[in-house]
Amino acid sequence: MTMFEAVLLTIVTAATPLLIAAIGQLVVERSGVLNLGMEGMMIMGAASGFAVAILTGNSWIGVIAAITAGMGMALVFAVLTLGLAANQVASGLALSIFGLGLSGVIGAPFIGARRDAMPKLDLPVLSDLPLIGKLVFGQDPFVYAAFGLVIGTWWFLNRTRPGLVLRACGENHLSAHALGYPVLRIRLFAILFGGACAGLAGAYLSLVYTPFWSPGMTAGRGWIALAIVVFASWRPWRAVAGAYIFGGITILQLHAQGAGVRIPSQLLAALPYLVTIVALVIIMSRRSGQQTAPGSLGKPFVPDR
Amino acid sequence: MIRIALEKREDTSPWMSLLSPLVAVALTLVSGAVMFAAMGIDPLKGLGVYFLSPVSDGWALQELAVKATPLVLISVGLSLCYLSNNWNIGAEGQFVTGAICGSWVALASHGAVSGTPYAHLVFPVMMLAAMVGGAAFALIPAVLKTRFSASEILTSLMLVYVAELLLDWLVRGPWRDPKGFNFPQTVMFGPEAQAFRLMADGRVNIGSVIAIIVVVMAGVLMARSLKGFEIRLVGEAPRAARFAGFDDKRLTWAVFAISGALAGLAGIIEVSGTMGQLQPSISPGYGFTAIIVAFLGRLNPVGCLIAGIFLAITFIGGENAQIALRLPLDVTRVFQGMLLFYVLACDAVLNWRISLVSAKGASA
Repeated sequence: MTMFEAVLLTIVTAATPLLIAAIGQLVVERSGVLNLGMEGMMIMGAASGFAVAILTGNSWIGVIAAITAGMGMALVFAVLTLGLAANQVASGLALSIFGLGLSGVIGAPFIGARRDAMPKLDLPVLSDLPLIGKLVFGQDPFVYAAFGLVIGTWWFLNRTRPGLVLRACGENHLSAHALGYPVLRIRLFAILFGGACAGLAGAYLSLVYTPFWSPGMTAGRGWIALAIVVFASWRPWRAVAGAYIFGGITILQLHAQGAGVRIPSQLLAALPYLVTIVALVIIMSRRSGQQTAPGSLGKPFVPDR
Repeated sequence: MIRIALEKREDTSPWMSLLSPLVAVALTLVSGAVMFAAMGIDPLKGLGVYFLSPVSDGWALQELAVKATPLVLISVGLSLCYLSNNWNIGAEGQFVTGAICGSWVALASHGAVSGTPYAHLVFPVMMLAAMVGGAAFALIPAVLKTRFSASEILTSLMLVYVAELLLDWLVRGPWRDPKGFNFPQTVMFGPEAQAFRLMADGRVNIGSVIAIIVVVMAGVLMARSLKGFEIRLVGEAPRAARFAGFDDKRLTWAVFAISGALAGLAGIIEVSGTMGQLQPSISPGYGFTAIIVAFLGRLNPVGCLIAGIFLAITFIGGENAQIALRLPLDVTRVFQGMLLFYVLACDAVLNWRISLVSAKGASA
């Protein structure tokens, strides 16, 4: 395998958790809810996924546990913001702080434990094709699941009636309510979907990407996923571009550090965060940037019966 | 299927708004007891270590004051931001930048001024530098918000990681103590660059006094000045504020600069008052915990003082529990997150009359 091929392969693995999380958050935001608890849901997925995988000896049960944990966290957020109309920004922050803490408690007994990373796909002939073989036909199941999510989400949002209703709730919840759509119930499902995606992304981190648990291992990926949604102008396909650009930067700075580039490693490590800021500014400074955000994003909705 | 129905309250009694944070604290304690029981720890013993041991003797109370100081300073500034709908969640980064800028003064003057009349100026100049540094760092997301409408939530948070990496680089690289056996830390500051201790053999330093002065000043600003009115108006009724001729962009810059300056001040007080040198990690998450302090204190300066002391208890209780009960330090964060959940839920009870209705036929 050439160096170039290796770099491309690692970019895919770095981008996949970002993409899964970003797609989940995209659906949530399209329904008009801003859930800043992404980081907390993701790390809860990572911790509980790894813990359950070690206890049961089965990574797939771990993945299911991670999704459940993400959805459980999302449910807490939904009760606060939908049921009690609490401030979404503050509730999301609480979810992140809580998740970072609880994941540490859950993961504490498993520090130092290791599992083999979940296997990659290996098709007899296709996977051995030069260059594209490993890249296209030799990935782990999550990579394909991520693209499945992108396609499914695009189709759901743009080609189905429930998707249209979900977008209507996000654009103007008062109008959607007036038309008789159950705004809060739709948002509940969107939030739960977002939690499931965050949990899945977390499971990828602790079961495939770095097959062990370390506290705080999401390292801001949940927040970067939020930025990717803005970068993508709330469109699924553009989220792919966003996730792979950020994944690419993460990997390239790691390789640059490894190759001994004469730049302080801390500056290289800061690159993904700096690029996130620059990307946000570029997207939002274009006049169209603001107009694409869902109209009711972040505003609480209380039905007047 | 049963759902929660909310009905706007016409009036909120002042008693309830005082009671609601207390109810939130009580609910957190009950949940904590349940959590301890689930972890196989005697709930009363667990809560005792967490919430009573930090206030048990004079030494512990001093430690409490030291831990509460940064929380109070930062949360007062954050309250101004949140009241005016500016979501600065990067106080941790502003804390670190302030500490870096203040420490730069300490390192630049190291060994050069002790014994001279200028020695007394070192600490005030350090505080000034820290406030300027913190404010400048906070102005980045503020300007990106007003100029490009980039979400201040995301930019201020991303800058936390940048600030922490900058600190890491400084203490491992250019600022490392050459005689420090390769430990990633700066030289110990000279006595003139260390925060003045209130008692010769105690831990409490001048920072706690400064924090109380800041609380009083912020209280007067919010209750008695036009600026305070402007901050509240922009937050509650942005359209009315615009009609009244208030410039919301300049207000955004102002509240970010103030909260950044206070976070920076907290940073240098922490570094010069308790560590005496820069290290790769200088905060157990004060900048994030201060967000909870601000909400628990109902975005009110005096409330922040009380809430800051309470959350300082959880920090010290967490350290004690790590030793006495072998609990991971993360339990502290669980407590803090739960507390914010309950605060927000109790606030909902203040604003809405809540009833459970069975939603037959009718859909929400």
